[in-house]
Amino acid sequence: MGGRTLYDKLFDEHVVATPPGEPTLLYIDLHLVHEVTSPQAFDGLRLNGRRVRRPDRTLATADHNVPTDPPAVPVADPVSRRQLEVLEENCAEFGVTLFPRGDANQGIVHVIGPELGVSQPGMTIVCGDSHTSTHGALGALAFGIGTSEVEHVLATQTLPQQRARTMAVTLEGRLAPGVSAKDLVLAIIERLGTGGGAGHVIEYRGEAIRALSMEGRMTVCNMSIEAGARAGLIAVDETTIEYLRGRPGVPEGPPFDEAAARWRTYVSDDDAAFDAEVVIDAAALSPRVTWGTNPAQVVALDGVVPSPEDAGSDEERDAVERALAYMGLTPGTPLREVGVDVVFIGSCTNSRLEDLRAAAAVVAGRSVAAGVRALVVPGSHRVKAAAEAEGLDRVFAAAGFEWREPGCSMCLGMNPDQLKPGQRCASTSNRNFEGRQGRGGRTHLVSPAVAAATAIAGRFAAPAEVAP
Amino acid sequence: MRPVRVVEGRAVPLGRNDVDTDQIIPSEWLKRVERTGFGRGLFSEWRDDPDFVLNRPEYAGATILIGAERFGTGSSREHAVWALLDYGFAAVVASSFGDIFANNAAKQGLVIVRLEPAALAELVALVTADPARHVTVDVERLVVEVPDAGWHHAFALEPMTRERLLQGWDDIGLSLRHEAEITAFESRHGGETPVARLAAR
Repeated sequence: MGGRTLYDKLFDEHVVATPPGEPTLLYIDLHLVHEVTSPQAFDGLRLNGRRVRRPDRTLATADHNVPTDPPAVPVADPVSRRQLEVLEENCAEFGVTLFPRGDANQGIVHVIGPELGVSQPGMTIVCGDSHTSTHGALGALAFGIGTSEVEHVLATQTLPQQRARTMAVTLEGRLAPGVSAKDLVLAIIERLGTGGGAGHVIEYRGEAIRALSMEGRMTVCNMSIEAGARAGLIAVDETTIEYLRGRPGVPEGPPFDEAAARWRTYVSDDDAAFDAEVVIDAAALSPRVTWGTNPAQVVALDGVVPSPEDAGSDEERDAVERALAYMGLTPGTPLREVGVDVVFIGSCTNSRLEDLRAAAAVVAGRSVAAGVRALVVPGSHRVKAAAEAEGLDRVFAAAGFEWREPGCSMCLGMNPDQLKPGQRCASTSNRNFEGRQGRGGRTHLVSPAVAAATAIAGRFAAPAEVAP
Repeated sequence: MRPVRVVEGRAVPLGRNDVDTDQIIPSEWLKRVERTGFGRGLFSEWRDDPDFVLNRPEYAGATILIGAERFGTGSSREHAVWALLDYGFAAVVASSFGDIFANNAAKQGLVIVRLEPAALAELVALVTADPARHVTVDVERLVVEVPDAGWHHAFALEPMTRERLLQGWDDIGLSLRHEAEITAFESRHGGETPVARLAAR
């Protein structure tokens, strides 16, 4: 018998029951909850007289709806306000720990799980949010679920699961200077397409992955769903262990060393076989920008807007034409000549301290171009406090950026941070779908450094172009 | 969940690859805490276009939606399934689906039918030529039929998904049959959890 993949190890360790003819019943170690996908699940519990089986394996925060104004400013939208109140009521009634708006531990659910040390190697982690794949960077099996499954996990701490197929995506070589984890994952999605990872759990491996920080690894795993994969994984190494040391949810002293010894086993065996393998030359990559309305519609920042004539099929040509019309772009236009109205630095993809440092390094001593609105939204209060301790807030403010309170913000149109119809945005978020950032808004996904340079230039730009 | 044996009625061809769940139900609608009433939000941005297929009177009252490749990608929002059901759809036919969407659909009794692209194109041609055509999705026999054209095509469902649809089973109830096994697992998988450690600080 051959070796096992990391996915196989994680799956096998969590099998509760294997009823014949049915999916395996899998144990869930950690359930992260937010206000949007949970109210109907708590209603279901009440309707059936059920309790939350393991409040000590459940953690809630408010992120999607929260305005990014100071916490003292009330939530103006009554529907959003009600959803946030309902989360507080449900967590109180069912005994779930909640970090509400303004709490020192509050933030985007996929930022706070790792930073608080509650997301750990070897765990199964779910959340009613497709970007739960983020936590796979820690060597945990983490995937997004719908509200029915949220209710299921609240009630049983398990989920019926079919074993997924495995895919190894190997990133060979080191990223060139100026090329980030975001560029890497955009290139992966460009290669796999929006459905290439469907039915699979992706394990990212290779020199470029091993050289990434934990925060960069989270950026890569975060967007696995954009290639159709429910989960992304990265094997545990010393970078993982050192990231976890000293975090609030992690033990200290000898118990930490015992945990670390166990965590080091969460790697694929050398002779493990994957159902699919993809190899990408990471050293050859350059910064990426999306031009269309799905995250696989990617070009190099050095490139031009593609033409429908280059499409491989009728359906593909229709899709390109539709995307170009929505985005208001003309084939053949260099990306560097495309101007923007808004720059958004934030979201569960790119709102961690390193992301803010990368952007601040570009904007330091420079000014946002006239007519451009630029926002920085730290992923959590902890990120915000750490950034302020380094003076990053002052760097951004001096350049003309808004420095806002933590939340999902302009990643999706659920709070006051939205594009107006026709506005074009360079965004460090994860989805460029029609209307994602506000009705009629036009989203281009980029890295924090490219977003920062674009804010300065007023058009898509690399950091070197705006260097003082 | 109510049992589903057969879905029948008109079928509306949406076309378009990569229909993401943000299009099926825009985020604005996700602020609601109710489970019903999402039909009004279904494809709400596209429905502003009078020529959009759902606005065409000949497809009014359709119960089957025909997509293309990768229907339901993106966000995990189960609201997309609630919106389709609330609008009146009981089955979606496409050549492939987003994994989380398909999973959510199974939980709610929205029938997911995967047809290979050639068969899908035949079905689209039939209902485009005559929108009033009666289409049947039979979960028991695992076949899609257009009886007046003599057209039919088999499809596959996971045996458990099919059984749950036919019986209308509640997944939580099914899992709680394994209560003893869950408790046994927890007793050997114990210790202080990170959430408890955090809450104690």
